[in-house]
Amino acid sequence: MKISVQNLTKPFGAFTALNDINLEVRSGELLALLGPSGCGKTTLLRILSGLEFADTGHILFDGEDATTQNVRARKVGFVFQHYALFRHMTVFENIAFGLRVRRTGRPSRRDIHARVEELLKLVKLETLASRFPSQLSGGQRQRVALARALAVEPRVLLLDEPFGALDAKVRQELRRWLRRLHDEVHITSVFVTHDQEEALEVADRVVVMNKGQIEQVGTPEEVYHHPASPFVCDFLGNVNLFECRIHYGQAYVHDVPFELHNAPPQDAQHAYVYVRPHQLDIQRELGGPNSLPASVRLVNTAGAQVDVELLTEWGQIVHARISHDRHRAVRPQVGQTLFIATKEMKVFHA
Amino acid sequence: MTPQQIAERATTEPRWIRWTLIALALAFLALFVGLPLAAVFVSALSKGWAVYFAAITEPVAWAAIKLTLLTAAIAVPLNLVFGVAAAWAIAKFEFRGKQVLITLIDLPFSVSPVVSGLIYVLIFGLQGWLGPWLQDHDITIIFAVPGIVLATVFVTFPFVARELIPLMIAQGTEEEEAALTLGASGWQTFWRVTVPNIKWGLLYGVILCNARAMGEFGAVSVVSGHIRGLTNTMTLHVEILYNEYQTAAAFAVASLLTLLALVTLAAKSAVEWRVRQQLKAARHSHDEDLLT
Repeated sequence: MKISVQNLTKPFGAFTALNDINLEVRSGELLALLGPSGCGKTTLLRILSGLEFADTGHILFDGEDATTQNVRARKVGFVFQHYALFRHMTVFENIAFGLRVRRTGRPSRRDIHARVEELLKLVKLETLASRFPSQLSGGQRQRVALARALAVEPRVLLLDEPFGALDAKVRQELRRWLRRLHDEVHITSVFVTHDQEEALEVADRVVVMNKGQIEQVGTPEEVYHHPASPFVCDFLGNVNLFECRIHYGQAYVHDVPFELHNAPPQDAQHAYVYVRPHQLDIQRELGGPNSLPASVRLVNTAGAQVDVELLTEWGQIVHARISHDRHRAVRPQVGQTLFIATKEMKVFHA
Repeated sequence: MTPQQIAERATTEPRWIRWTLIALALAFLALFVGLPLAAVFVSALSKGWAVYFAAITEPVAWAAIKLTLLTAAIAVPLNLVFGVAAAWAIAKFEFRGKQVLITLIDLPFSVSPVVSGLIYVLIFGLQGWLGPWLQDHDITIIFAVPGIVLATVFVTFPFVARELIPLMIAQGTEEEEAALTLGASGWQTFWRVTVPNIKWGLLYGVILCNARAMGEFGAVSVVSGHIRGLTNTMTLHVEILYNEYQTAAAFAVASLLTLLALVTLAAKSAVEWRVRQQLKAARHSHDEDLLT
């Protein structure tokens, strides 16, 4: 199902949680709402579900106006951050709940049983049907919550920080599993997260939000490699930020000229160059333009790549991430003065 | 040694202090609770079982017992509904004046029962605000059963609400929201999700409410008028018998109230244990989510 959000605004007292949001959720896609806490992403999700209502604006489900429809009429599946499993019911009863409370077209006992068994299999919890939520691990609870939401065959699946309450390892497993599940079930899904890695790994498209507004919408590649704003650049992974001025299409970072590869922006006295740690290289010799002297402060080789922290002449800390091969070639020592160079960068006016 | 054992050592007093404190507490309990409790039954049976049964089966006593049961039968269900509604509103919604409502619910605890009774006399009594109107329409409230019920309802209304508010706040609203997203109606959500989650707390509140409804003296005394066989509850009947020097009879009726207290206490302890489990479970699942 396709969802259109048009000019949605939601104030909470003096605070504007959502400010004139426009968004299209494509049929069958897995969309991530990404942003720091308080950016309005959960409010948007709850408004999509009908648990909350916007003050102005419209929501269309497949072109049909759903703005004033209540949560029951919308037929959405919602997975809560803390699962919200019914604590007095077994796993089986939790999943069957949505089918049992149906007023019209309630399936027969046997059909309910078959459907629940099928869902238990889908989330790989066949053996735990008679357990209570308190007897399950966090990851298992999350899967029960998902099965329960899917039981009513919702038109859309909405997930609020689905992995937020899990430890790192389970989190990674479960998000890959969710991706595979989505490829199987192909239900239009929207999930909220503050973890950029999670959004970039799982989603078909990412909506980056900040202070009640959408900063950028795009595929993970687009938002990561072509951030539309300083906020997106800063929020999606670590970034080094250099103050500069731009003169005749060239950026000057403390008088060191930087060649700009993208279309050169207009001249400006105040602008910023954004460079991700992995876009920086470390060299023993001065390598022409885009090269700054800096002294090594820390080297961490414990990881897939080597993190190097350097200090520029004007006292700014710079993070670089280089390969182990490169580390062996350059052999940076703490205290040594080397040169950092970059080929890729992003420039935004202040 | 486990950390718990170390902690115990650090905060434990020498043995003789412990035993002295325990002995003091026990002696105090024996003197002020055990002894009077025993005295009630000893005095009640001082003139034998025949007098005992006569005292509690005579028509006037029987009328008092029935009135007490009737009052409780009205007051407890009313306060059950009110308590659930108030706790629901306070725990599940944000609104202006919430603190005021919580304070108002506690009012009967902080006001002397005599004052509670007088309030009703001032409103419904012959010289009260609504007195003339009520007289014109031939309705008697004060010095009649309605007044007794009203005063009892007022005095006992905090019990259920007070018990449910912390429980419902700890449990939050997510389960109800989940039920709604799964297509349940408001009623289905209430009966299938909310009630099972609060049932032990609710029962506990009802037990306390009932005990107070049957045992209330002050407020009821003011509005009752002490008409034998008509407006005397058990507590008032005990007082009258006692004032008339019918000690054995007075204690016989009093022993019924005492038995009620003992049953209440036993039921209360059993239910209290379940409530603690429920509250712990609610907080635990919440904490776990916050920690991980």
